[in-house]
Order: sequence, then C-alpha cells, then structure tokens
Amino acid sequence: MTVITANNTPCEINVSRIGQTVEAAIRGNWVLDAETPALEPVFAQLGDGAGINRLVFSTEALGRWDSLLMTELIRLLDFCAKQGIQVDTTTLPEGIQGLLSLVNAVPERAGARRQEIRTPWLEVIGKGGLRIYKDCQALVVFIGEMALSVTTLMRGKARFRWIDLWMYIQDCGPAALPIVSLISLLVGLILAFVGAVQLALFGAQIYIADLVGLGMTREMGGLMAAIIMSGRTGAAYAAQLGTMQVNSEIDALKTMGFEPMEFLVLPRMLALILIMPLLCLYADLMGIVGGALVTVSFFDVSLVEYLNRTANAVHIPDFTIGIVKCAVFGILIALSGCMRGMQCGRSASAVGDAATSAVVTGIVFIVIADSLMTVMCNRLGV
Amino acid sequence: MTAPCLTIKNMTMAYGDFIIQRDLDFIIGRGDIFIIMGGSGCGKSTLLMHLIGLQHPAKGDVFYGGESLWQAEHKSRQRILQRTGVLFQSGALLSSMTLAENVALPISEHTRLGSQRIREIVSYKLSLVGLAGFEDYYPSEISGGMQKRAGLARAMALDPEILFFDEPSAGLDPVSAKLLDDLIRSLRDNLGATVVMVTHELASIFSIGTNSVFLDPETKTMIASGPPQQLLAESRDPKVIRFLTRGETENRSENVTKNQETCDL
Repeated sequence: MTVITANNTPCEINVSRIGQTVEAAIRGNWVLDAETPALEPVFAQLGDGAGINRLVFSTEALGRWDSLLMTELIRLLDFCAKQGIQVDTTTLPEGIQGLLSLVNAVPERAGARRQEIRTPWLEVIGKGGLRIYKDCQALVVFIGEMALSVTTLMRGKARFRWIDLWMYIQDCGPAALPIVSLISLLVGLILAFVGAVQLALFGAQIYIADLVGLGMTREMGGLMAAIIMSGRTGAAYAAQLGTMQVNSEIDALKTMGFEPMEFLVLPRMLALILIMPLLCLYADLMGIVGGALVTVSFFDVSLVEYLNRTANAVHIPDFTIGIVKCAVFGILIALSGCMRGMQCGRSASAVGDAATSAVVTGIVFIVIADSLMTVMCNRLGV
Repeated sequence: MTAPCLTIKNMTMAYGDFIIQRDLDFIIGRGDIFIIMGGSGCGKSTLLMHLIGLQHPAKGDVFYGGESLWQAEHKSRQRILQRTGVLFQSGALLSSMTLAENVALPISEHTRLGSQRIREIVSYKLSLVGLAGFEDYYPSEISGGMQKRAGLARAMALDPEILFFDEPSAGLDPVSAKLLDDLIRSLRDNLGATVVMVTHELASIFSIGTNSVFLDPETKTMIASGPPQQLLAESRDPKVIRFLTRGETENRSENVTKNQETCDL
C-alpha cells in the first residue's frame, strides 16, 4: 500500500486478477484538473472473456476526489453491466456509494433521450412553406380580430383605459421627436446634395427646392418616420406584449373578462394612427429645413427664393398623400408589433425573437405598402 | 461546532439610505445545512445576494474561510466565488440553451477539459438530480420542478464547496419538495458540501436544517439563531415562535413533539 505524501499525487487505477475476481486499486487525487489515466487497459483486461465475473475495489490509497472519479467509475460500471460482471461497491468510500445510488435512483425515462435526426432538404423546404402558410393564416386571423375590436370601438363598447392611450401617445409622439428630427433633417440634406450635383450642371440649383419639397412630402418624410417608428415603437410593442405573455399577464386579463385585443392592442394602434400623420408633417418640415440649409449655404440661392420656390412646387395634395400613407404605415407598424408580441412564446429568448421579427415584418409591410400606394397615385394621376 | 465555512461580520445591508437589515453577525459551519428564515420582505434573498457577491454590503464583510469577500480584488473575488454554486428561485436556466449546454457552460469556461469529458460530467450531474436522458431538452420543454433540478445540476457543475439555494421548494408540490429536500441532504452528505438555504417552508426547515438565523423585518436585524428544532423548543421570542408554529402558538408543546417525531422518522 502506498502512502500519499504529496498533494498532487497522480491518479492511477491498477487491476490485478485473483481467480475470477478482478481487484481495481484506485490511488491518488482524482480531481478535475488532474491528468486522467486511460481506462482502456482496464477495459481490455476485464473484457478478455476469461471467466471474470466479479470486480472489487480497493481505495486505501485514494486521496481527494470529485466528479472526475465519479464519471470514470460510471463508465467502468456501465462497461461491467454490459459484460455481465458483478461489481462490489461496498469497499468504496461512503460518499461515492451514496452518489452512485443517487445516480441510479432515477432510471433514465424510456424515450426521453433524443436522437439526432437528419431532415432531408425537401422536408426542410416543405416545412418552410408550411410555416409561411401558417404565418399568413395567423396574420389574417389577427387582422380579423382587430377589425372586430375596431367595430366594438365604433359602437362605443370597447374596454380599455384611456390613460393607457394617453401614455402610448406620449411615448410614440413627443418622445420620438428627437430621433425623427435628426433623421429627417439629414435625409433632407442628403436629397439636396444628391440633386444639387446634377442640377448645378445646368445652373438650375433653384429646382433643388422642388426636389426636396416634393420628395419629402410625397415620399421620404412618411417613409423615414415609419421606419424609425417601426424600430422604436413596433419593437417596443412586441417586447411589452411578449413579456406580458411570458408572465401570464395576458391570461390574467382574459380571466378578468378583458379582451386582450381591445385592452392591449387597440390603444396602441389608435396611438400610432393618431400620431403618425403628425410625425409625418413634422418630418416633412424638418426635411425642407435640411434642404434649405444645404441650398442656401452652398449653392447661391437665398432663403426667400428657396421658400418661395418650395411654396410654388408643393401643394396640399402632396402633403395629403404623405399623411395618408403615413397613417397606413402606422396601422402596419402597430399590426406587426402587436401581432408578434401576442404570438410570443413563453421564454426570455422568445421575447427577443418577437421584437426582431416585429421590426422585420414591419419594415417589409411598410415598403410593400409604400410601393403599392405610389403606383396607385401614379395611375390615378394624383 | 464545526469549522467555520462562512463568517458574516457586523454586516448592514441597505438600498441607498433605506436599511434592510443591520448588525448581522453569524457563522455558517462546514457541512451545515444553514437556513436563512424570516417573514416576507425581511431581506432573506437580499442577504443571499450579499453572500454570493451580487450586492455590496453597506457595512461589514463576508468571510469565506479566512478570506474577505468584499475587501478582495475583483479577480480573487471571482476565484472565491468559483467555489460556490447558486440555485436561483426559478432555476434561472438560460432559455436559449439545452440542459446539457446549461450545465456545461461553467465547466467549459472555467476548466480546460475536453468536450468528451465535459459531456460525461454533464450527464453524470444530470443523472444525480434524476434527469438522465434529458440532455437535449430546452428549459421551456420541461416542468418547473425539473427546471429547478436542472438548475441544481448547473449549480453543482464545478463541484462547489458551498451551495446556495433561494427558496428551492417554492412552487413545488409537497412530494417534489420533499424529494428535493432529500436530494439536497444526500448531496451534502456525499459531497461534503455546505448548504445555505433561504426558505420559509417549515417542513424543509425542520427536516433538513442543522442551523439557522431568523431575520425580523420590524427591528431590521437578526433576532434568533441556532438549530431550528432548538429554536422551536427554547426560543422565548414570540415572533420566532409564531413563525415556527405558523401562528398556532397555543399548541407549541404539541408542535415540538410532533416535529421531533417527524425528524426521528
């Protein structure tokens, strides 16, 4: 028998055979950062089939031990069980015996373990198609439910807290002004620069005013406001509703007799529909200011000339088109944000997924709707 | 008295100016199952946060063995805390990872073991808590009790010397709670670990607690400490007695004998 002297005694396992019994002597410190001895020689000796039917342990020289020894013992025991070798664990330290009995206390539930399944690519494509189909179905259902709750609102029977509506208006209106100001000002600036480079070739810098004015009011003001709000408010709605889903708050509302569509979705949507046109007007204004900044300071046009030219070029219908578009975008943002939030799963990562897909869906919807409306305006000659 | 494992010296906990508990002074012995108890809102969980290095005490210190936790540099504090494992109230498993990945995370970050070895350790830990074969499940796919046990497997991943539990049996049915208590006790016995537990489950307190401290929300300090059975039998403080007998103070002697019987069983 060896006596342990050093603290970092290497761990080793030696087997010796007495008749039909094999004795495994475990020595040293079996701790995780130790060099592990290979068990293969032990397996080789146990498995050579020469009538071995019993394994005993001697652990007089065992030092400290932790999970390393446990995992190796479990491997050894599994091997013995397969070979039909009887194992006598009574000579192991009490702690190890206790842990081994804990490990074996709850047998692995049949069918619990998952096999790795390779799905063929055709199936992957098929599943993708089905998922898109289901997504569209859910979208239609959600739009239907929302239409129902809007009719309830029309009949004056919708139940939500007006203070909530006020809060959402505050959140998506005034609170969004700084970012909308910055982005629209810069977009106006960029439009002016891009146009000026071409127009200056003909000495027609004054038409920058037309370009910026019409571009902002008919198209860019609303679009930029919508994209900003989709990232800011759409994602927030999805995350709020998703978290409520995770905490079972939506279930709680249902049991208290509230319709989540009315109580949660309706005020959010109303807030966006009311605020988006105003934000659009504000963005138009900021864009025109940005265009004026560039034109007046770099291209030899006076501020009065610029403003007069803008007033001549831009008419009320141009503003109306932008505002109507933006109201539609508001509905789409609220729709995608609230829908993804309500569809959210019940884990922390699901909330993140919901917010991400709310923004993606929102922007896709906005761009598609914008193209459609632009084509319509063009055909109708508005 | 066993050797001290954790010493809390003259500690005051506060959020800003709002004091939660003051003048906490107690020792947790090696191999104890130490219960932190008290009514709701008395700062039990906050105390736990201070012990595991998540919140800084307003005054005083925590000593692991002889090492101060809060005077230590960030690095050595990390080293001290590596010897501990924590089971949070809801399990706190990372929901984007499977159970195996959750348990493997601390092992692969803090050791240099190979992936085969890590896999073996993970399945050993999971089978210790009765979850053999559930390696590839996500936390959302298993029940609350299983999540808690998986959290325990993760807490034990690095063979910690001290295990902290925040309300381990909250939200479990009595049978699962009892099984979890048994599991905690046999892990303590077999691994030689120290267990510190925040709980107000009387059944757990009496069946597995070997020492305890009682925090009082009104006077904002500890008003009793000692083995729970002994507190029940000998304490003179009406608050402690009311807590330990669920308010049925008249039947105290009856309760004492009844609990001793359950304990003997």
